[in-house]
Amino acid sequence: MADRVGIVGIHQTKYEPRKIFDSYPELVFEVSSQVLAETGLTIEDLGQIITNSTDFWDGRTISNRTVSEACGSVLRSESKVSMDGSFAVFYAAMRILSGCYDSCLLVSHCKMSEGSPHLINNAMFDPLYQRIMGFDELSTCALQANRYMYKYGITEEQCAKVAVKNLKNGNRNPYAHRAMEVTVGQVMGSRMLANPIKELEAYPITDGACAMILAVEDKARKWTSTPVWIAGIASRMDSFYLGDRDLAEVVALELAAQKAYQMAGITNPRKEIDLVELSDYYSYQELLWLEGMGFCQRGAGGKMIDEGLTALDGELPVNPSGGILSGNPITVAGTVRVAEAALQLMGRAGERQVDGVQKALAQGHWGPCGQGQCVVVLEKGV
Amino acid sequence: MARRAKRNVAIVATGQTDHRSKRPDVNIVEMIHEAVRRCLNDAQMSMEEIDGVVIGNMEHFEGIFATEMWSADSAGYLLKHGMKITTGGTTGTSLALAGYYHVASGLFDTVMTIGWEKQSEGETTAGLIFQADPLWERATMSGAIGSFAASATAYMNKYGITEEQAAKVAVKNRGNAFNNPHAHLKMELTVEQVLKSKMLAYPIKMLDMCPTSDGACAMIFASEERAKRVCTNPAWVIAGVTRHDQPFGGDLEMLADLRTLRSATEEAYKIAGIKDPLKDIDVAELYEPCTFAELSWYETAGFCGPGEGGKLIDSGVTYMDGELPVNPSGGVLSTNCIGATAMIRVAEAAIQVMDKGGKRQVPNVNRAIATGFGGSWWSDVMVLSKTP
Repeated sequence: MADRVGIVGIHQTKYEPRKIFDSYPELVFEVSSQVLAETGLTIEDLGQIITNSTDFWDGRTISNRTVSEACGSVLRSESKVSMDGSFAVFYAAMRILSGCYDSCLLVSHCKMSEGSPHLINNAMFDPLYQRIMGFDELSTCALQANRYMYKYGITEEQCAKVAVKNLKNGNRNPYAHRAMEVTVGQVMGSRMLANPIKELEAYPITDGACAMILAVEDKARKWTSTPVWIAGIASRMDSFYLGDRDLAEVVALELAAQKAYQMAGITNPRKEIDLVELSDYYSYQELLWLEGMGFCQRGAGGKMIDEGLTALDGELPVNPSGGILSGNPITVAGTVRVAEAALQLMGRAGERQVDGVQKALAQGHWGPCGQGQCVVVLEKGV
Repeated sequence: MARRAKRNVAIVATGQTDHRSKRPDVNIVEMIHEAVRRCLNDAQMSMEEIDGVVIGNMEHFEGIFATEMWSADSAGYLLKHGMKITTGGTTGTSLALAGYYHVASGLFDTVMTIGWEKQSEGETTAGLIFQADPLWERATMSGAIGSFAASATAYMNKYGITEEQAAKVAVKNRGNAFNNPHAHLKMELTVEQVLKSKMLAYPIKMLDMCPTSDGACAMIFASEERAKRVCTNPAWVIAGVTRHDQPFGGDLEMLADLRTLRSATEEAYKIAGIKDPLKDIDVAELYEPCTFAELSWYETAGFCGPGEGGKLIDSGVTYMDGELPVNPSGGVLSTNCIGATAMIRVAEAAIQVMDKGGKRQVPNVNRAIATGFGGSWWSDVMVLSKTP
């Protein structure tokens, strides 16, 4: 990339199962005003705002309308990305790179507790052929998990180990909703949601918001001593119909990752990337996405967790934040992946800080079984 | 304050369905596919040459969540970059602006934008009332007709605008629609007929109001190098500005002197070097959800002084043969497939700049503007030009 976009500020709410005392405009106001205060800026310093939410989860047509005062978009330029937050980061970066604006306030919010995951996710499927089968995110991801396990011999225990690791990492993250010390046996014994996905292997319903300030290089350097640069960013969309894909292969993710690596000049991700924050809505996804992003051969995701490579003290820590299994709401989840990777590069990750992180990768996805994939490579500012 | 983009970006092609009140012959993704095909044909390009797609609609109108997933295959962004942007009524201009930013960023050379709505498969007002606060405004200010009625009355009262002057907008735009093969409502009307049409909510009568349509619009945005290669007469994007506002209608003046449009046009004119809009702009595609809005927004966009919108139409300035033709396409009063509506404004402005308007072509168009309206009285403005 000719010009560079930097992340200069981040603020998250604590993620909680049911924030009954906060409306979602209040969550948006909390993170927007705090990220400005922490960065020493006012809304007048920022040229534009990108919000990130969906009409269905908010139960509001034009969901960004409701938060306009809360995010400061009154008589300013704002637009809404109605997808996973990683795509919103991509759009914010693009609008800065265009030269039209120097900076951007990005805000993602969702109160999952106010919606019905099954009804909303069922409404994503083809109204003629698929909805009637009862498809939702959980049931289709269970199909994907089964296909992946069958094709590559991945075991339920290996998937359970991901949950054990991420829920444990969550204990170090003050924003995490669900942090636990559990054993593989306990994960395996937790309630079956849709075979093979068990309760402790699925994301919890949670509420929260995350804000981020991005800026063009010279502004970023002025506003913070610890800028984090977006070195590569790309997205790809796979086929909608599950039968048109081999669900054990993640072609869209492979292509997105290749493009992002090419932009960032990365030829060997396993060696060159120090830390990964990926979107583990379900435990099997961590293994499958690691393969897709080239951290191991196809089908070798199980070995990565068996060998402890992705543990907090491993060769490639994955989801030191605890990941989505520790609780980040839908859409916000992708923004948090970028935010957590950036906090590590800024050296601001507190107890979950990993030492010596120079390059980190964040991944978000959207749609059934990871149909839409977005990969972001971040670099520590020097 | 927005600036002009670092890279020149042009619109090189457009494609629209033939908009109707109902398209039972196609499903949603087939309808989108139709606009995409027409756009590619217009460009003489194949989907392989498109780097990514930005798409949007209003999800509650059809009751489908994350519609951009379903359309990935049929709209041609399989294994490409695909992004959903949605902002209510302004969705179409938000998408067009996104196409502009995508290419201007240098990360993409050719991007397709697609806006669509298939309103016959849902209930628009039922979908629309969910925009209003459930406690304070859903019962009073939530649908389109009620809030336009309240603010049109205020506008008439403030400036002495008459129902006859508003009716002339309906006569003009639906008459213009005869020249547009894609338009939904083509009607030969008299002022009398508009005035006598069914009263919906005073002073808004049936013929003062936009219809609900099924349709899709696609456009291709390209970098300077690519645009010059694929198009002999592209429409260059000179400025793009967005203004949003407070969530409560009661806090806003609404239709009369729409402050978001005022602020957005002022900034866009500054970027584009437009000093006297009436003289410097050759054609305008204004998003007019009802007749009164077009009159009021002549004033706000600086085509005339405050309160002079009625006089402007009386003097014929905005007719096809006037000094500044407004909505040669027939406007929103003729076609309203909501997620596409604002994009159609940009596409039609581009068509005029590219000299592709056929029977609706205004002679010698060098500069055109398009506006988008929606959300909580939000506005987008784009300025297009024959030269970069």
